[in-house]
This record gives sequence, C-alpha cells and structure tokens, in this order.
Amino acid sequence: MNTIYNPPHELRRSRGIAIGVGLIGILVWVIAAVVSGNARETFFQSYLVAFVFWTGISLGCLGWLMIQYLGGASWGVVIRRLLESGAHTLVLMMALFLPIAFLGLHSLYEWADLKAVAESQVLRHKSLYLNTAFFTVRTFIYFTIWLTLLYYLRRWSHQLDETGDPAFIQYAQNLSGPGFVFYGLAATFAGIDWIMSLDPEWFSTIFGLIMIAGQGVSSMAFIISVCMILSWREPMSHVLQPKHFHDLGKLLLALVMLWAYFSFSQLLIIWSGNLPEEIPWFLERFKGNWRYIGVGLILLYFFLPFMLLLSRDLKRNSRRLVIVAWIIILMRFVDLMWMIVPEFEHVHPVRVSGYFVYLAATIGIGGLWLGWFLWQLSQRALLPINDPQLKEALAAGGHH
Amino acid sequence: MTTQEEPGLYGMMAEFDDPNAVVAAARRTYEAGYRKINAYSPYPIEELSEAIGYRRNYVSLTVLLFGLVGGLGGFALQAWTSAIAYPLNVGGRPLISTPSFIPITFECVVLLAALSAFVGMLAMNRLPQPYHPVFNVPGFNRASQDRFFICVKADDPNFSATGTRAFLEGLGAKEVSDVEK
Repeated sequence: MNTIYNPPHELRRSRGIAIGVGLIGILVWVIAAVVSGNARETFFQSYLVAFVFWTGISLGCLGWLMIQYLGGASWGVVIRRLLESGAHTLVLMMALFLPIAFLGLHSLYEWADLKAVAESQVLRHKSLYLNTAFFTVRTFIYFTIWLTLLYYLRRWSHQLDETGDPAFIQYAQNLSGPGFVFYGLAATFAGIDWIMSLDPEWFSTIFGLIMIAGQGVSSMAFIISVCMILSWREPMSHVLQPKHFHDLGKLLLALVMLWAYFSFSQLLIIWSGNLPEEIPWFLERFKGNWRYIGVGLILLYFFLPFMLLLSRDLKRNSRRLVIVAWIIILMRFVDLMWMIVPEFEHVHPVRVSGYFVYLAATIGIGGLWLGWFLWQLSQRALLPINDPQLKEALAAGGHH
Repeated sequence: MTTQEEPGLYGMMAEFDDPNAVVAAARRTYEAGYRKINAYSPYPIEELSEAIGYRRNYVSLTVLLFGLVGGLGGFALQAWTSAIAYPLNVGGRPLISTPSFIPITFECVVLLAALSAFVGMLAMNRLPQPYHPVFNVPGFNRASQDRFFICVKADDPNFSATGTRAFLEGLGAKEVSDVEK
C-alpha cells in the first residue's frame, strides 16, 4: 500500500504533550474548585462548559464530514482524515458525560432539584420531559445517533482505502443526506437539554441552530489550525496549498456570518417581543460584566473575523488565517461562558477570578480530547489515498 | 528596429486552443517587454490575469466605501425619522432602538454595496461599449466557447507589425491575425 501520506512521527510526541497538559489542567481545575469553597458545584459547572465546548468541536467535525461527502468538493478530501479523527472523540466525550449524568445533575440544573420542582408550577408541568432519568437517556440516544453515523462513515472510508472501490463514497454520500438531518435534530435537542434547560422557564426556538453554527465555526477553526501545523512537516507540507486554506477560510467566513445571523435573530425577536417569559435571559446578560462580554462577542466573534476574512490574501496565507481561527476558538469559549455561567450566578455570585476555573477545566478536558484526536490521526494515512478526487485535490493552481 | 505604427491597426491577435498554452504564451509576452496586452478566455483563469500583469483594481475598495456609506445612511435615516422627525413611543422602547434598526441598516449596506459593485465594474471597464475592434478578428466569438486569445495593442512601444507577428507565431499560436481598428 502507498505509504507516502503516512502521518509524521512527531504526532506521537505531540500526543504525549497534549495528555500531559490535560492532566495538569485537570489538577489545577480540581484544586481551584476545592479552594473556591463549594467544590462540587464549581467543579461541575466548569465541567459543563468544557464538555459542551469540546463536544461541540467533535460534533462540528461530524457535521463537516457529512457536508464534504455531500458537496463532493476537493477541500473535503484533504481534511477528511482530520474530520474523521475529530468526530471520533465523541467516544471520549460520551464517557466524559457519565460523571455529569450520575453525579453532576443536581449541581447544575434547577429541574433536577425535586424541592424546586414542587414549588414551581412551570417546572411541575415540564417535569415529564425535564427529569434526571429521561435527560440521561436522551443524551445517550443523541450519542448513539452520532456514533452510528460515524461508525458507518468510517467503516466505508476504511473499505475505500483497502479496496479502492468508489462505490463506498456513494454509500457515504447516501448516508450523509439523511444523516445530517439526524445529526442536526440530535444537536438541537442536545443544545436544549444541556444549556437551555439551565433556565428551565426560558425558551428560544432558534437555540439549536445557534449551537450548530457554533459547532461548525469552532470545528472549522480547529481544522484550519491543525492543517497549518501539519503543513510544517511531510507529507502535508507538499499537499496543502493556498487554495486549500482559501476554501477553508471561505467556509469559516460563512459560518461566522451564520452564527451572527442566528444569534442576532434571537436577540432581535426576544428584545422586540419583550415578553416576561423570554426577556429575563437577556436582562441577566445585560447586567454587570456580562454586558461588556456581550459587546466583546459582537466585536471579536463577528466583526473582527468577518472583516479580516473578507480579504482574499488573508485566507490564502495560512499563518494569518490561523490567527483568525484562534481568535474564533477563544471567542467560542467566551460565547459558551456567556450562555452558561450567568445561570449559575443566581445562587453564588462569581468574582471575575472565579472564571479561571472554567478555563482550567476546558484546558484539562481539551488535553485529553487532543490526545484522543492525535491518537486517531496517527492510525492511518493523512489522505484518503484511493479517493478518485484526490488527484484533483492535489493539483497545483487555483482552478475550482 | 523602428516602432513604426501601421495606420488603422488596433493590435495583433494570437489564437490558442489550450488554456495552459495561453498562460505560458502570456507569460512570455509579458517577459518580452510588452505591457499593453490583453487576454480573452471562455472562463476565468487566475494565472492568466497574473501573467499579463494584472494589477489590483479599485472595485473592492469602492464596494467597501459605499457599503459603509449605505450602513451609516440607513441607520441615520431611521434614527432621524423615529427620534427627531416623528418621535414615536413604541411599547416603551428607546426612540433609537438599535437592535430593530439593524435589519434595515444591513439592507442599506447590501443595496449600496451591490449597486456600487455593478456600476463601478461597468465604469472601470468602460462599459457599455457598442464597438470594439477585437470583434473584427474572424473567429473571435469562440473566445466565449473554446478558444483563448492574446491581443498585443498597437500602441505598445515595443509593437511592430512584422516583429510582433513573428513573436506571437513563435509562441505556438494556432493563428495570428491583424486587428483592424
């Protein structure tokens, strides 16, 4: 078998570094949670942010994997392995959900507290859906859907590598259409369960789409970063060209705009309606420091990347593009903080220094996530060597 | 060699039937010192524009400026109408309620940006142009089907009716023809 696209051996060392950083992050996170005074709640609250952040990147990879099969464009061929490895971290994330499901729900969700449910008529009515058993079962259903899709996509991709029979691409395409619908529905419900239900009296019908756009934008930013780092070494230094970064940059721009469109729609509709069951969610985020963080999101998660990504030269220059990608990844974390953390501040007001624990948790789980990703990436050739489109994808020049 | 300009000649047109050949020929024409050259192809070829020394144009800057003007104008129009000209209290919201002004502001950005892109492109290309000499070349209409052309204009300082013809023929052109004015 053709081995020229085998991954560079540095991946093994990077995996060790990633896991090491992850373990240090987890240590710092646990210490910070213990020091904070209410260890259990602080631990699980930061756990939720980290879990949603990294699961979002895994899911974004799964979504892009199906989109690149459906689109059949050559940018998909060069990042397909990265997407497959990124989506495979869902196995890790499902395992990491267990502590939340069995130990953390009472520290996170008001509806998990039977006393609170008894006191609130709304929560009583919603308890048929929002209860601990059904919540846990639902999350495992979502993971089952995603992992089933991934199982078949990866299986056919393996078979394509082995046999070179392009029929397996056709199978993957046929699955990706309906598969994307199931992915989207499961991701919508997951967003509602994991984040929206933190305020069980609040609802926003566009929330699932905001989650999906956030997953798409953060995973594309992640893929661009990995592409840039891989392009330092053989074999990808010969493969990745400005035209590939140009395509990925365009997708990043599209997703930045999509995220801004969904998020602004949510704000406009709820702000204009000004209804007592909807507006409190935003009122909480117009208070205190969250107001400045909200403005920061508009400027740094939309305006700055949008303006920079308009430039053709920037998109074709991987070093500059990756800086935009890093800004976006950071702002995705800030966005999740903005969505999640104000819900915990009714009970215990958090000082700004208290936000540090969220960062530690995200780095801790991120190290494990990256370790898993790099382990997967080192298993196979970095390109689908038998894909009929590979030649076109590797051709020099700017034809599309 | 004199730079004798033949009266009534717009330039010299070379015809190619292969996109790679036309890009290579365009590069060599540019390297030979010709600057007033143009190339025609049925679909955009990025390298071809670079090969004939294409410089950035000002369309994108125009679009940006007009987009900003549209956005500021759209916002100002709404602010003026609803806060100054006819102040109206809608459900206790502020007179200048930014979120609800954003869609119109955005539409105005798109409107002026799109119009300026269209008009600016036409103006900078000096279009519409009812007559252009290149269409005097027989078979030039295939530039929109399957043929590629390079035209060296007669007002290029290096142009000479015989020398340029010999040069273009040396590039492997299928056919070289005079372009009548």
